[in-house]
Amino acid sequence: MPELLNKRIYIIFGIMLVFAVIYIVRLFSLQVTDDFYKRSADENALRYITEHPVRGLIYDRNDSLLVYNEPVYDLMVVPHELREFDTADMCRLLEIDKETLLKRIERARSYSPRLPSTFEQQMSKEDFAYLQEKLYQFPGFFVQSRTLRYYPEPIAAHVLGYVGEVNNDVLENDAYYQLGDYIGISGIEKTYEPELRGVKGKRIVLVDVHNREKGRYRNGEEDVMAIPGQPLWSTLDLSLQKYGEELMRNKRGSIVAIEPSTGEILCIVSSPGYDPNLLVGKNRSRNYANLINDNVNKPIYNRALQAMYPPGSTFKLINGLIAQQEGVLDQNTVYPCPGGYQIGSHTIGCHHGGATNLVSAVQVSCNTYFCKAFYNIISNKKKYPTIQEGYQAWKDHVNRMGFGVTFDTDLPFENKGIIPSVDYFDRIYHGRWNGNSVVSMGIGQGEAATTPLQMANSIAIIANRGYYIKPHIIKAIGSKDIPNDRFNDVIESGINEAHFDPIIRGMVAAVEAGTGRQAIIPGIKVAGKTGTAQNPHGKDHSVFVCFAPAEDPKIAIFVLVENGGWGGSVAAPIASLVVEKYLKGEIGRTDLEKRILELKP
Amino acid sequence: MFIENRQKISKGFDVQLIILYIIFVMIGWFSIFSSSYDPVAFNGIFNLDTPYGRQLVWIGTSILIAIVILFLDSRIFQNYAYHIYLTCLILLILVLFVGTEISGAKAWIKIGPFSLQPSEFMKMATALALAKFLNEGKTGSEKRNTWLLCFVIILIPVLVIMLQKDTGSALVYASFIVLFYREGMSGRFFIWGAFIAVIAIVTLYLNELYAVGLLVIIFLIYILANKNARRNIRKPLVVLGIGIAFVFMVNVIYENVFEPHQKQRIDSLLGKTSDPKGIDFNLNQSKIAIGSGGFAGKGFLKGTQTKFNFVPEQSTDFIFCSIGEEWGFLGSLAIVSLFVYLVFRIIWLAEKHRNPFVRYYGYGIAGIFFFHFLINIGMTIGLVPIIGIPLPFISYGGSSLWAFTTMLFVFINLNDA
Repeated sequence: MPELLNKRIYIIFGIMLVFAVIYIVRLFSLQVTDDFYKRSADENALRYITEHPVRGLIYDRNDSLLVYNEPVYDLMVVPHELREFDTADMCRLLEIDKETLLKRIERARSYSPRLPSTFEQQMSKEDFAYLQEKLYQFPGFFVQSRTLRYYPEPIAAHVLGYVGEVNNDVLENDAYYQLGDYIGISGIEKTYEPELRGVKGKRIVLVDVHNREKGRYRNGEEDVMAIPGQPLWSTLDLSLQKYGEELMRNKRGSIVAIEPSTGEILCIVSSPGYDPNLLVGKNRSRNYANLINDNVNKPIYNRALQAMYPPGSTFKLINGLIAQQEGVLDQNTVYPCPGGYQIGSHTIGCHHGGATNLVSAVQVSCNTYFCKAFYNIISNKKKYPTIQEGYQAWKDHVNRMGFGVTFDTDLPFENKGIIPSVDYFDRIYHGRWNGNSVVSMGIGQGEAATTPLQMANSIAIIANRGYYIKPHIIKAIGSKDIPNDRFNDVIESGINEAHFDPIIRGMVAAVEAGTGRQAIIPGIKVAGKTGTAQNPHGKDHSVFVCFAPAEDPKIAIFVLVENGGWGGSVAAPIASLVVEKYLKGEIGRTDLEKRILELKP
Repeated sequence: MFIENRQKISKGFDVQLIILYIIFVMIGWFSIFSSSYDPVAFNGIFNLDTPYGRQLVWIGTSILIAIVILFLDSRIFQNYAYHIYLTCLILLILVLFVGTEISGAKAWIKIGPFSLQPSEFMKMATALALAKFLNEGKTGSEKRNTWLLCFVIILIPVLVIMLQKDTGSALVYASFIVLFYREGMSGRFFIWGAFIAVIAIVTLYLNELYAVGLLVIIFLIYILANKNARRNIRKPLVVLGIGIAFVFMVNVIYENVFEPHQKQRIDSLLGKTSDPKGIDFNLNQSKIAIGSGGFAGKGFLKGTQTKFNFVPEQSTDFIFCSIGEEWGFLGSLAIVSLFVYLVFRIIWLAEKHRNPFVRYYGYGIAGIFFFHFLINIGMTIGLVPIIGIPLPFISYGGSSLWAFTTMLFVFINLNDA
């Protein structure tokens, strides 16, 4: 063997070893130092499927179902995983054009190339079955089922609210939500979103190169079960709610009925309303546009919480209470009534004859009496040297009873109404004003404005003789025996219990032999008060407040019918029918019911 | 590493090679099983509808072939080397007329349910023929003619295989340079070869201008460093001229000789195109599969990439992905080490053998094994263009397993003589 050849073996060995070392270094960098490939492999083969929890059901106070769920199927897309596919076929399947298809992919991509976005919403079961067969031809697409809200009775739309897709604001601020997720937008759905939505789960499945599921990743060890949303029990009484809405059909206005001892809202109507099923499913946005553009009826507008009305004569009850508490009168105080309250050359008229004490002033709704009372409260020079201090004392009282403030209850978008501030009057009267400048507020006219919810709550205060519990709509969360502990506090109105007696006696008398005779219910003692909210834009609003039974109040109610005329004409019958329905379970006064149902102011 | 007593070489077959063979075949079968295993359809490993079931048949028959070869008289291979070469060549040519086309290459003869690929056997036959020729060729006549005739022995099958459009298999014959280098072919030949390759790559990777620039710089350095060259400048100038002409031919050759998919693979490797969803897809998926294995791998049957068809040809040409994914860097290191050991072992035994014929044959097949290893694993980790040749003993396929088994056991037999 020549010398040279011997050397060459080692050169051959050397070159081969160099190659082997290069390969080993390359393998080391691919497999050990670079985790890019690990991540890419997961993206390739793992599909994270969000398990949407079932949204919580909502029951009424008697376990009747108000809201339930129905399954629908969404087609999802992960742009990063898209491969070439037959766009024409996909367009045919979904009945869209190619431009729409590309636009949707672009939209999904701009949201996130790697997270799934909704591509086509709410396919029917039939479409889903058809698509599922062909899905392997469309890598990057998959189907996810979710549920939609349905309403067995088309009632309480404003209270229940609706769900809709999350907007970009929410997406940016809350990591829980992904594009295409649903979120409560109004009503109970909004307030109780965290309870109702549950907790999303996650399922990791293995998919092959054709996007077909091949099984669970690590036997599902890393999967997270979705936690279903919690059921809610509303304070609403379904049949009462339904009845209230029937009575208010063809009328504009609102009913709010509260159980005084608990603050539970039994019935809350805003009319005209809408069928909550309209704001579900594919046609949601079109229906929503129709509703929101209806400027005449404003069906989306929740009058019970948002509409501000002059409180009208019902405000006299409040002023009667404050006057006693402030010590400017007691139940025996008599004011003469010369047919009106004179302010300079202007007179606030009054339609009954003769002097009244507090009880009969409530009974006959004496304007003079309550103007005087109000004047005396705020111009009590002994107690409050300036008008500002006097007015502020009165304002503190009404604020404490829930006027001019929000309750921060569990229904969103409460309006706080208007109880003008001292500054406001200082500004418009340039600092020079007295009790008579604002005296019309004593009888519920003038600058004050209140919402139906505030008015109903004030009647609950009277029924409770001094306190209230925040009016609320949800009584139990998760299970019927887990009470909603947000609304346990008893809130004192700051009026001594004794002062309620003459007011309530006056209210009973008003129904039995006064302005509220339309509200008489055989066998039930009703304490009520009519009101006529003056409407500068047209016919007066008909207002009636009452609670019953007077000796042991179970329901306190406020009814307002816009342009309904005086309080006794429409509002009082409606209020009494609702009370009768609630307390007796049936209506004895069918003639009255028939008249009201047919009435169209 | 290669310590043993001389007696063992002359007495008994080399146990190490036989053990290596068994290890490779087992690794191969388990990798094929893992990459084609479907828990839903699984009904025993003998299912002939599955690659792992069929591979069991190939392994069984290969063992039979191995045993038969070991029982044959080793002189048969030396005496009938040309006959074997010619028989394989005839089969190879026959394929051109009666062959079946599978994935672009017309390289298969269908016999009943089985497809045979003569080009796999041709490698061994060529090694035998070369060994015999070199063994007889040292009659004192000119060495230059010896090398020329060696090229002819190689070139004939290469041309036929090129006609079958099986470029990968044709390239394998380049591995005989290991043999030629060992047997004294001038080192200058290899330097020129490497130089031409560098020029070609520079031309393709950058452009003609860079390649010409490189040639001119080398020319100037040579002229400045060499007094003789300055005096007789004509010869270097001619070489420079030929070089420049070659540079401008490279693209012409590239455009005309290679198929479009081959050009794409070369462009992709050179980084001239980047299209992760298209041409680069296979390579990318292959790298993902291997890279996701990590240090210790995902474990047997736990691979997600090789199991769910993300990697193309995952039980044949890309079988290494399955090993890389499920056994990680440790498994990859083991495979590389085993192959290097196999090749070194063959060379070592060949070098020690007193019969030059065995040495020639040993170097020939050592080169073939190493070339297959280098190209096959290199393509899966993106170091060489994608060229479809199998990983010996491990890739799925009857022809290649039979052929490599024959190749190795003929050597084991010869080595014992």
